[in-house]
Amino acid sequence: MSQRYEIRFSGAGGQGLILAGVIMAEAASIYDGKQAVQSQSYGPEARGGASKSEVIVSDDFIDYPKATVVDALLALTQEAADKYSHDLKEGGVLLIDSDLVKNVPPGKFKTVAFPIINTAKNEVGREIVANIVALGAMVALTGVVTKESAEKAVLARVPEAFLELNKKAFNMGYDKAVAAKA
Amino acid sequence: MAKKVAFLQGNEAAAQGALYAGCTFFGGYPITPSTEVAEVMSNELPKIGGKFIQMEDEIGAMASVIGASLTGAKVLTATSGPGLSLKQELIGYACIAETPCVIVNVMRGGPSTGMPTGPSQSDVMCAKWGTHGDHAAICLTPASVQELFEETVRAFNLAEKYRMPVMVMPDEIVAHMRERIVFPEPGELEVVNRTAPSVSPAEYKPYDTSFGDVPPLAAFGTEYRFHVTGLNKGQDGFPTTKAAWVQAEEERQIRKVDANLDDIVTFEEYELADADVAIVAFGSTSRSARFAVNEARKQGIKAGLFRIKTFWPFPDKQIAALAGKVKRIITPEMNLGMCTGEVKRCAEGKTEVVGIFRVDGEPINPGQILEKIKEVK
Repeated sequence: MSQRYEIRFSGAGGQGLILAGVIMAEAASIYDGKQAVQSQSYGPEARGGASKSEVIVSDDFIDYPKATVVDALLALTQEAADKYSHDLKEGGVLLIDSDLVKNVPPGKFKTVAFPIINTAKNEVGREIVANIVALGAMVALTGVVTKESAEKAVLARVPEAFLELNKKAFNMGYDKAVAAKA
Repeated sequence: MAKKVAFLQGNEAAAQGALYAGCTFFGGYPITPSTEVAEVMSNELPKIGGKFIQMEDEIGAMASVIGASLTGAKVLTATSGPGLSLKQELIGYACIAETPCVIVNVMRGGPSTGMPTGPSQSDVMCAKWGTHGDHAAICLTPASVQELFEETVRAFNLAEKYRMPVMVMPDEIVAHMRERIVFPEPGELEVVNRTAPSVSPAEYKPYDTSFGDVPPLAAFGTEYRFHVTGLNKGQDGFPTTKAAWVQAEEERQIRKVDANLDDIVTFEEYELADADVAIVAFGSTSRSARFAVNEARKQGIKAGLFRIKTFWPFPDKQIAALAGKVKRIITPEMNLGMCTGEVKRCAEGKTEVVGIFRVDGEPINPGQILEKIKEVK
């Protein structure tokens, strides 16, 4: 992979999407030895408002740090799906929360849907790890970092008391995406 | 031993750079999008016996770093546009009192409170002309997380070497993005300390120009005692209105920088050797420009990039030479023409200078620059 691979995590402020992007980029940059840049864009609100976190992964030097043509997009809210799917490339992949994004944006890309937040809440046990469920799913769908590196990056970022919770969230997201993709 | 690497945010790298340079005092008032600089300093300074003070406002913050610097400490403050406006009165004081200090200003949309989370490059004129009166200015505009670390170290070196305030001005994109950084080992990057007086306390004068254009600065709290004021001052630091002296002193304070351009001005040239079209850009916009240059080259257009690393003093000589060589210069920037005006001044009509301006809170993307390259080639 010498070309840029562009990933965008989007949703509402407070959902932990910036952190999800940071972990994905760390997995690529620190654990997989690739080049990665993570950037973000958010409104002045601490909670709510459309928020996005972008990760560029490449084997080569990355100049422009923002997305140009998005390869993979996560949208956790309808607003984010509407606002951030316009530059998702043909043949790209869109991951949505099937409970929250009812109107799938039109385009020639593959859409994968499962109840991400509900999975975190009811199957993992804590809604707060929805970002890690989503991250696991994005790792499975993009294949841009290895599963092992991503899991290491997750565990390096979370407090010790929550290691198992996050590990479970990550793996559940990964498995659900694999199943939903099939 | 393998070097320490981390995946760091720009603001965090600026703070780490300050610590590498030996900063032991931070006085500030947090403001988006610069807050992480204060956050890191508040965590790290107590560990090394340094001091972190959150002041009542930006004016107080700037005053606190000037005071701390006069005791011999290397000092930092961090802010963004509205805070930079407030600091200006005291920045002028640091200029005339010749007090080393480093100001990290993360550029967000303005004027006034503007767009707190949106990127901008519209504070570069404020770095030079924000405070009133004639004064020298040094302003660095890094374009990556690694460079933000290294340029903060260099800012401290320049501040201490030339005894003046130095600004580091990343735009919000560079300050908030994260990249892999390789930490330099201690001793790997040059670290400059201010010149201490070589005379006895009785003989010491804080502005003794017999030692050259940058007189040695003693530390308050030691046996050296001296007077500091915002008024034009004599060698002893006390106010003076002696016409010839004031004229000479004003000129000296400009000359400190003007006579040392080769030591201060830095830039990077990319694919310029045979270029017909040159992009002149700085900060995150230079990264878009580099992308556009590569795309243009793929399409057979001879484009190149002149990346400004030191915005002030402006690379006058280099831009003038560039203007004599290329057919067109394109100046993309996240403001309405601040760098473009400087480039036109240096080009003196030798080549056409075409700006791309964006102030809507979105970055200038490579496509916009490529389009302009094709339009003007």
